[in-house]
Amino acid sequence: MNIHNRTLVDPILVKNPVTLHVLGICSALAVTSTLVTALVMSVSLIVVLAISSATISLIRKHIPQSIRLIVQITIIASLVIVVDMLLQAYLFSISKRLSVFVSLIVTNCIVLGRAESFAMHNSPLASLLDGIGNGLGYTLILVAIATVRELFGAGTLMNITILQTTADGGWFTPLGVMALPASAFFLLGLLVWAVRTIRPEQAELNLPQPPPQAEQEERS
Amino acid sequence: MMKANPISWWRSFLALPNENMTKTLGMALLVALSCSLLVSITAVLLKPLHMANRLGHGEKHILEIMDSLGGGLPTKRLVELASGQYTDVDPNTRTDLPAERDLARLGSREDVATVFELRDGVGGKLKLLIVPVRGTGYKSTLKGYLALKADLTTVAALTFYEHDETPGLGSRIDEAEWKALWPGKQVADENGAILIEVVKDAGAGRHQVDGISGATRTGTGITRLMRFWLGADGYGPYLARLRAEAGA
Repeated sequence: MNIHNRTLVDPILVKNPVTLHVLGICSALAVTSTLVTALVMSVSLIVVLAISSATISLIRKHIPQSIRLIVQITIIASLVIVVDMLLQAYLFSISKRLSVFVSLIVTNCIVLGRAESFAMHNSPLASLLDGIGNGLGYTLILVAIATVRELFGAGTLMNITILQTTADGGWFTPLGVMALPASAFFLLGLLVWAVRTIRPEQAELNLPQPPPQAEQEERS
Repeated sequence: MMKANPISWWRSFLALPNENMTKTLGMALLVALSCSLLVSITAVLLKPLHMANRLGHGEKHILEIMDSLGGGLPTKRLVELASGQYTDVDPNTRTDLPAERDLARLGSREDVATVFELRDGVGGKLKLLIVPVRGTGYKSTLKGYLALKADLTTVAALTFYEHDETPGLGSRIDEAEWKALWPGKQVADENGAILIEVVKDAGAGRHQVDGISGATRTGTGITRLMRFWLGADGYGPYLARLRAEAGA
């Protein structure tokens, strides 16, 4: 059970897919202007990641090497479509605001990365936990960035006013830059810097020697 | 190897080496089949909810228009497009449009349309008219509502509630900033010629609306759909009748 706990917990802090592997940052930039969209996006990713990892792991011994990526992407893409349709049915206004970004989970490198590097070599239960763990790791980063952006960009959190803006007769002047996607880049950069200062072993100083095969992933 | 018994056939299929051609094709087929089943079943099950959401979204837009213009609840009327007369029943029939008249690239249009009129009391003077419009943009059908003021030439609002244009470019047609360019524009000149158009760097022309950079074809699509729906194949006869009524 201990090893399963580590499979679940490790990717949240120690091996966070966003700060360690710098994966999945495209969507991290796009949906973090408000906390609500960041949370919905995160939940969608966790669902897709957990189910796709478990499914791929379940049939991993019968996936022919020559079509393995196609099989993985087919499964991931189908789940993404289903999640997108569920959002359009039950959370219509939020799905309007997330627009294409839910569909773009297909190209989120965390999903294919975990399928390739973990689910293809581990049991379904471990893969499920690994998927949830990595999804939670992604969630942590998205929520952190979205909190800063929404608080300083609009003075609200979850659409509840925290800092009264001057437009509403308060004292707080919103930072326009926080509303722009570029601010997510700066915040993410600062975050990666902070994490790697606290844990110097995550810094990529030892390159060019390649990381171990099992953790090698494409970046986006 | 291939026996009639499906279970033993299945076992021997699974036992095949992964690189075997039959196994590769079989797995590809099975994965594709189960995934497409999953997607289609979800699509069919959720369709009623999707439709309800879209409709609700459209009606919400009307309320938004009404809200921004301030004033009462509009009356829903059915209008026979060809004659411009009111009708009580919608036969749900459509008329095919020949290519040269099909400005909005719709293929065909409904014979009876639902419009919303806001009048001064029952049967009073028309204050505002809201009509649904749609047409082909760059890569999707744009669906929206056009609101005209009492003179039936001044735009009160144009809003699109459904489209699938390029995010960040064409999709900006539903942003408040761009929608704000429309109110006050004149769709036609004094002689009734429909001149409204979306062009780049339009300046302050009465009939010109500034297009979005990078979304030229979305803009052209809007120009065409405006001209179609205000023209003889669209609400033309109906608008003419309303004008005659107001003049009388």
